Amino acid sequence: MNLAYRDVRHNLGRFLLTCLGLGLLLGVVLAMIGIYRGLVVEALTLVQGMKADVWVVEANTQGPFAEASRIPGGAREAVARLPGVAAAGSLTFQTVEGDSSGQKVRLMTIGYEPDRPGGPANLIAGRAIGRSHYELVADVGSGLRLDDRVRLGRNLFQVVGLTKNQVASGGDPAAWITLLDSQRLQFDLAPPAARVQIARGMGAADRDIVNAVIARLDPGAAADEVATAARRWKHLSAMTSAEQETILTRSVVDRARRQIGMFTTILLVVSAVIIALIIYTMTMEKLKQIATLKLIGAPDRKIVAMIVQQSLALGMIGFCAGAALIMIIKDAFPRRVVLELDNLLTLGAIVFAVCLVASALGVRAALKVDPATALGG
Amino acid sequence: MPAPIIELRDVSKHFGEGDTRVDALRSVSLSVAPGEVIALLGPSGSGKTTLLNVIGCILEPSSGWVRLDDEVIYDGKMLRRDLRRLRLEKIGFIFQFHNLLPFLDATDNVAVAMELAGKSDRDARRAAGELLDYLEVGRRGAAFPAKLSGGEAQRVAIARALANKPRIILADEPTAALDSKRAGIVMDLLRKLAAEQQTAIVVVTHDEKIFDRFDRIHHLRDGQIDPAASSST
Repeated sequence: MNLAYRDVRHNLGRFLLTCLGLGLLLGVVLAMIGIYRGLVVEALTLVQGMKADVWVVEANTQGPFAEASRIPGGAREAVARLPGVAAAGSLTFQTVEGDSSGQKVRLMTIGYEPDRPGGPANLIAGRAIGRSHYELVADVGSGLRLDDRVRLGRNLFQVVGLTKNQVASGGDPAAWITLLDSQRLQFDLAPPAARVQIARGMGAADRDIVNAVIARLDPGAAADEVATAARRWKHLSAMTSAEQETILTRSVVDRARRQIGMFTTILLVVSAVIIALIIYTMTMEKLKQIATLKLIGAPDRKIVAMIVQQSLALGMIGFCAGAALIMIIKDAFPRRVVLELDNLLTLGAIVFAVCLVASALGVRAALKVDPATALGG
Repeated sequence: MPAPIIELRDVSKHFGEGDTRVDALRSVSLSVAPGEVIALLGPSGSGKTTLLNVIGCILEPSSGWVRLDDEVIYDGKMLRRDLRRLRLEKIGFIFQFHNLLPFLDATDNVAVAMELAGKSDRDARRAAGELLDYLEVGRRGAAFPAKLSGGEAQRVAIARALANKPRIILADEPTAALDSKRAGIVMDLLRKLAAEQQTAIVVVTHDEKIFDRFDRIHHLRDGQIDPAASSST
């Protein structure tokens, strides 16, 4: 006869309610873990989507994501001629707030040269940019749909394609436009400002500026060697894709990552304390029954098994409820919540361990119960 | 005269030392033969429960000698698990408020004691059913304690006490929660069991309406059996 099962079955409603409460708590923990992982994944999405082997940026900077970087547009030709480079593409990055049908749309615009590296990855609808001007491929996270029109700066762009999960490290959805359009957007001055500039004798600003050049390499070419070769130009700096990813995770999103990590740790500790309290309270409510069992000759292992089994059942059912809840609602979060199997298994193992430790408190209380307390009123 | 099942010689028990020392039992000697039903009376703090705990293998006396069914206990050789085995196999307990496990039905409340002694689940449930029938509460076998009347619950508790055919039954105020009619029925039942199964029964009670159901009544006062107040009926 399994006493833990019988007890749970007899108080099923109460037990399930407790599991649900615990499940909600563990769901929050899982959500935080998912947000933590999502932050890292989002930070790397654009870099990984561009499938670049080498990033060439302004000298002494860690651009274009961690620091501002401005290099001449002609750098792309120079990089393309380096030994081992199969293709190179110029890119600009700029956060803009556009307007679509009266709604503000915040976008990370990426200017690229069609048919060169740097274009949109993970296209789920429509097509890539086919014209030189005023076409835009946006991420679905922006809320834009195909054929929507978006005003960016002084020009109106038409949405011709949609991507999924392409966002900047800050969470702004990405939008691709041609390099020419992006340079106008980034470097063209408004007419009054341009007139002032000319009146001061400074002439029109040079527009052939890009933020980075990316290179894809021939099979077998070493990214380190190409980066070293690019660094020989004193006005340029270069890094491999792995180095770029390290900058993003160690520098750009590091504080946010640690902040969420800290909060997740605190939540885990709070969850552990709550689990321990629930199990301890469950045990304390049964002390008279435990004393009776001891008095009629139940061995300690029977009583320990009852507490530990209930504790593990509570933890595992709560965990499954929390995991199911988060898997259902994770897409409703404004930013990505990434939960991999290893995250679930790790938290499951932590909950299992916490339940075991927490049940130790209850077991200790149960083993200290004097069978004599069953006698008397 | 058959050899006593319960035998205590000069049993004393004190708690604390020095100024805080309390002598709960002082040189208590007692014998209970098979089939005998005795009562322990006395005011609160007189040592009744301590004596019941000593006989029930729960509380080791400070001095003296205790023998239960030919086994000398508290002799320094018996371990905690040996005392637990004795409680399981030789002693049945009946409580004032029945102390049934609320999450088990009546049959399982009895069967659990049998399973603890090693019976299989099926055998235990079958034997528990028979025992409940014997105590005329078999039709309530599927009911949980909360749905049983006081008398029914006490009968189930008695069935649990009898589950492993104990040689000794210790009852702590078994009729306190019952009206006089049901109290009489429960005591008659205990007397019947004592006679049929040659069980020694020790009952702690204040219930004057059942005094005539005992073979002997012992009065405890300040941890001692008062021979002047004790009597045979």
